[in-house]
Amino acid sequence: MIFGIPIQALMGQLLLGLINGSFYALLSLGLAVIFGLLRVINFAHGAQYMLGAFAALLLLQSGGISYWVALALSPLIVGIVAAFVERTMLARLYKLDHLYGLLFTFGLALVIEGTFRYFFGASGKPYPAPAALTGVVNLGFMVLPIYRGWVVVASLVICLSVWALIEKTRLGATLRAATENPVLVQNFGINVPLLLTLTYALGAGLAAIAGVLAAPVYQVSPLMGTQIIIVVFAVVVVGGMGSIMGAIVTGYLLGIAEGLTKVFYPEASNIVIFVIMAIVLILRPAGLFGKDV
Amino acid sequence: MAHGAAHSAGAEEGTVQLHPKAPTIRLVIVGLMILGLIFAPWFAYPIFVMKLMCFALFASAFNLLLGYTGLLSFGHAAFFGGAAYFTAHAAKVWGFTPELALLIGMTGAALIGLVIGLIALRRTGIYFTMITLALSQMFFFFCLQSPFTHGEDGIQSVPRGHLFGVIDLGPTMNMYYFVFAVVMLGLLVIWRFVNSPFGMILKSIRENENRAISLGYSVVSYKLGAFVMSAALAGLAGGLKSLVFQSATLTDVSWQMSGEVVLMTLLGGIATLTGPFFGAGIVVTLQNYLATSSFPVTILTGLVFMVCVLIFRRGLIGEFYASKLGQKLGYRTET
Amino acid sequence: MKPLLELKNVEAWYGESHVLHGVNMHVAEGEMICILGRNGMGKTTTLRTIMGNLRKRTGEITFAGKDLITTPLHRVAHTGIGYVPEERGIFATLSVEENLMLPPVVAGGGMPLREIYDLFPNLEERRNSPGTKLSGGEQQMLAMARILRTGARCILLDEPTEGLAPVIIQRIGEVLVQLKKRGMTVVLVEQNFRFAAQVADRFYLMDHGQMTAEFPVSELAAQMGMLNRELGV
Repeated sequence: MIFGIPIQALMGQLLLGLINGSFYALLSLGLAVIFGLLRVINFAHGAQYMLGAFAALLLLQSGGISYWVALALSPLIVGIVAAFVERTMLARLYKLDHLYGLLFTFGLALVIEGTFRYFFGASGKPYPAPAALTGVVNLGFMVLPIYRGWVVVASLVICLSVWALIEKTRLGATLRAATENPVLVQNFGINVPLLLTLTYALGAGLAAIAGVLAAPVYQVSPLMGTQIIIVVFAVVVVGGMGSIMGAIVTGYLLGIAEGLTKVFYPEASNIVIFVIMAIVLILRPAGLFGKDV
Repeated sequence: MAHGAAHSAGAEEGTVQLHPKAPTIRLVIVGLMILGLIFAPWFAYPIFVMKLMCFALFASAFNLLLGYTGLLSFGHAAFFGGAAYFTAHAAKVWGFTPELALLIGMTGAALIGLVIGLIALRRTGIYFTMITLALSQMFFFFCLQSPFTHGEDGIQSVPRGHLFGVIDLGPTMNMYYFVFAVVMLGLLVIWRFVNSPFGMILKSIRENENRAISLGYSVVSYKLGAFVMSAALAGLAGGLKSLVFQSATLTDVSWQMSGEVVLMTLLGGIATLTGPFFGAGIVVTLQNYLATSSFPVTILTGLVFMVCVLIFRRGLIGEFYASKLGQKLGYRTET
Repeated sequence: MKPLLELKNVEAWYGESHVLHGVNMHVAEGEMICILGRNGMGKTTTLRTIMGNLRKRTGEITFAGKDLITTPLHRVAHTGIGYVPEERGIFATLSVEENLMLPPVVAGGGMPLREIYDLFPNLEERRNSPGTKLSGGEQQMLAMARILRTGARCILLDEPTEGLAPVIIQRIGEVLVQLKKRGMTVVLVEQNFRFAAQVADRFYLMDHGQMTAEFPVSELAAQMGMLNRELGV
């Protein structure tokens, strides 16, 4: 017992918080990657997360394609769609005020969500966890459903890989340089418009991976994206989008904070992240890891 | 140098001779619009026109912020829907007369605006937008859980009451002209505000923030002033709507509502005085029309958003102002 | 012999303002030319127009027989031109070595990393520190070194000596002489014509978006009076 709460319940909520945090981290990472280079707040990020989950569901239902294949295929599909959108439409907006990118992707999110709602209804559909990851392990202090443990580990590995890709590789150096001075990078002979397309596809693909991971945890529903995206916006405001690692760490921290609130003061659990955001803005307007005000 | 010559000729093409009677013609257009609204109940369904006017006021209040300070709020539903709840509660539970209930709603919206504004204005640009969205979503959850809003049911059968305790607003026509008067008053306030010294300073801040700072203006205070003003007027619109429809529900505080008002303004024309009116008209008409069909409103709303941003950024009225005819009549677009 | 780089009657605009008013210039393979002129006369703009950063332009720009006007922005470097911008353009979020490795190799014959480090030992010592932590002189070396790696046959250098101490300027002069020996073609923009006199083969004087004078280094002494007047030294 801790503060009158049974340890099993505490650990359970903490795990749930960590799971939510995994999705917040993946999604805010994608937003930060896109924002870093394109200077666009991708409002469609939630819709792309939902698309990822739906792609997995439809692949399973229509072709019997397994979870593992979907984990690779679904981000690829969503990434290609995103690349198409970027090339044909979003790319026209870079010269304008950044607000137009936000408004455009907001419209895009409405279209995607509305379409799926029209064809599949608003209710959630279950997606079974793969056989290899069903069941539980008893850790002594708590019973851990294997799939949930997998989500935490997988998201951590993906987040760290993306961080390493951007901070430690030559491609990442090119991306960072293009963020600083895109014209000079073009003068060196690098195709920056192509880089922008790939970056948007990468960000959307990350959202789709989060969607596939989420499918067995939550139900697959057309509304799953918008519910989470507004929270993720608060996460990136807290973390500041200047830092990739900042986005990841803030995602996990706020997920855990949310889980703990569910234990101690459940009524506030769905607003706690917004409250934290307000407090951070008052104390440290640039965000926890932000350099830009 | 041939290209240079062609170039300067192109620049001259942009200036069109002002029509000699331009100011008169502009007055006549505005007069016709007002007359149209006065006689509208004879041609159109009054409830529909009232709804349209409420949203026109809402969009104008929103545009006061976006058009004249450049701040894009994605949380205006909190003011609109919040005031709807406060007005409905005051009228129904406390038995206040409609004008007092509206005042309560406006005050409440202004207070929420003050709190959200104080926090959101810690950042600028795109962050400001995300913060307003997040905070209004927080307010949504508050409304979802707070007992006085009655959760999913909302506040229903709100009495319209007697204006100043005398005029019964129950009959549709009485209500119609009350709404008409309040909306006109609201628009007049916005018009006065935009052309006041305060509005001029806002414009200079939008054009060159650093210069305004170096001139000694407290930029954040001015922005906050505009934000609270916009919130209060959005609240007036929301309170009015709750009296027209005699209900206040979660729809009015949802993020979709915040998106709708952005769309109305964008569609009509950012930073134009009449644009939001037309934008609201189109959106409300489309919604009414689609309500009877099976085509989902969300998809159309999203498509209109995308098209507006891609190829129609001046909006309807903005395009008219920028056209030859608009310039002949002496209109200027401010974007 | 046909020049390697040639500009014929080039005009260019920054948005609405007309900045180049018919620039004519030619540079032979292996030649080092220097554009002189006061501030705001269009020297930097000329380099930026060659690179394609100003898209609104007319006239002819050819490099090694290729029409640069129709070449997409990111393909210009692949024709063999390297660009060292004003303020050097060192990336703060990249380490020294990342800065060095950033521009893709566009042709064979570029300097291998080993040789670059031998030429600029300071850069090797500080290979892992952030690019902008270097001194101004080191940043200038880095900006030039990263172009040497790419195998470009022509380099556009914008005010390499600006704000640097005389001893560093001397070092840059030595590097330029070595480049010339390797057959590199150089277009140099300079205010400091005493420095340029030591390295350049030929001079252009730029005034109000046009080349108003052109003379080889042998005539420099005879032109001093005019230069002092025009440059306001």
